[in-house]
Amino acid sequence: MDAIVVENLTKYYGDLLAVNGISFSVKWGELFGFLGPNGAGKTTTVRMLCGLTKISSGEAYVAGYSPIRELKLVKKVIGLVPDTSNLYPELTCWDNLIFTGEMYGLGREERVRRARELLEFFGLLDKKDSKFDQLSKGQKRKLTLAAALMHRPRILFLDEPTIGLDVRSRRMIWNMIRELNESGLTIFLTTHNIYEAFNLCDRIAVINRGEIIANGSPAELKRRFSGSEVLEVSFDGKMSVEEISRIPGVIKASRSGESFMIVVSDPLSVMEEIVRKAKSKGISLNYVNLRGADAEEVFLRIIGDADA
Amino acid sequence: MLDEIRGALYIAKKDLKEYYLKPPTVSWGIAFPLVFAFAFMLRGWDKLWLASGLLTLSLFFGSTSMSAASIVFERRMKSFERLLLFPISYFGVAWGKSLSSFFFGLLSSIPTVMIIQLFLSISPHNPVLLALCIVGSALQFSSMGVLLAFAVKDPAQAMTIFNTIRFPMIFLCDVIIPVSKLPKYLSPITLAMPLTYSVEAIRYALIGNYDIVPPQISIPITFISFFVFLYLAEVLIKRSIP
Repeated sequence: MDAIVVENLTKYYGDLLAVNGISFSVKWGELFGFLGPNGAGKTTTVRMLCGLTKISSGEAYVAGYSPIRELKLVKKVIGLVPDTSNLYPELTCWDNLIFTGEMYGLGREERVRRARELLEFFGLLDKKDSKFDQLSKGQKRKLTLAAALMHRPRILFLDEPTIGLDVRSRRMIWNMIRELNESGLTIFLTTHNIYEAFNLCDRIAVINRGEIIANGSPAELKRRFSGSEVLEVSFDGKMSVEEISRIPGVIKASRSGESFMIVVSDPLSVMEEIVRKAKSKGISLNYVNLRGADAEEVFLRIIGDADA
Repeated sequence: MLDEIRGALYIAKKDLKEYYLKPPTVSWGIAFPLVFAFAFMLRGWDKLWLASGLLTLSLFFGSTSMSAASIVFERRMKSFERLLLFPISYFGVAWGKSLSSFFFGLLSSIPTVMIIQLFLSISPHNPVLLALCIVGSALQFSSMGVLLAFAVKDPAQAMTIFNTIRFPMIFLCDVIIPVSKLPKYLSPITLAMPLTYSVEAIRYALIGNYDIVPPQISIPITFISFFVFLYLAEVLIKRSIP
């Protein structure tokens, strides 16, 4: 059986349908991304899989155990890093990790060894005796991640692991997530950060309004949903967005500083038409660049298609 | 079962480490009963009769203040959810929270005992029974505090709500006014309050007499209510999961 199997999982909060019959599976050793805008149902799904939210209907198996019927067994094999760093503020980093180890039934020697190992891995050994409350945002995130790893879980759930972090801390956490996954840990990561999902994950499920609307590897999603390329051009004279938008084959045109960003389905014919138009106006092209659609454009396309 | 006991003890140890110096715990759990005991011992009418009430009161405020601080604070900070992720039952979590309150209740009663000894030098009527009654009462109050802490909807209002419940009990539960001297229509309320049974039990063990509830009833009630409150706290934890 796969690491996580979800079948028709549904969650209602009163009358509000938060998750609408989603199904997916995560393979062992995979870094699986759950990508979606705020309020899409990502956190609710993670909480249902971890037993922090009741499942309204459907089935789920985490490491082969049901969060409905075998919650204690599920809890033993998972680690969760919630979207807020919620360790105990008055306890030191060391005490927080030791307490976590105690609650998972690790022996005294093992807890000490594991806590030291994790503090070292996350570069927090010098903060060992600092209270959790005294750490920076990035350090708090790292320690919360360390606590989730104390008992060597088989599956790690990361709920928006880099939310609110600066670029440096974010990249540091990304590297650590990669390293953990390379060591064989199965990771289920929720994020609204498109770059995070496309750069880190082996496979991504895109969720919007409680429904999974696309599922595949980042490369597959790009292939399936881009279907278009982006032409960047600038001129040495006056040209308007409206004029470019009227060219056949232009899906969308916008201005970005001196340049135009033109989403096109047939770049060659559009390019020819742009050159012809420029000539007729007595102006010439300063700059031309053709590139594939980026992750953000793919994501907007997926969400856009689903909303249409 | 062993895992549950061990988990509960670790939660208690963690709570004591984290919350014993929190302002609400110190002010309401130690300072208030201490000042109260001192004031009554200085000006009290029947010091021997009052001693049991004051001792029970310090157990009551100590235990319930710890639960109020630890649970309410953790619910507000979302760190309470961490406990729900550990492989331990909800009953185990409630039990752990209750144990930290129990230990803190016992510790916070020591200054009051010293004040009472300073004024009275009592030798208890039945020391073994007194120890049993103190343990029973502290258990009862600790699980009651845990239950109340989960029942409070808005954590920011917790201490106000706790005091709204605790203060009337001082006057209705035999602490400073004998229940037999209260108007008859208040009896049902008095008998519904857990504090009444603890005061009566401790009074019997300390001075050998009681007001209206005999020790054969008051002592078992302290232990039974501990389990009832704990069970209800478990139900509330379960219900708190959306």
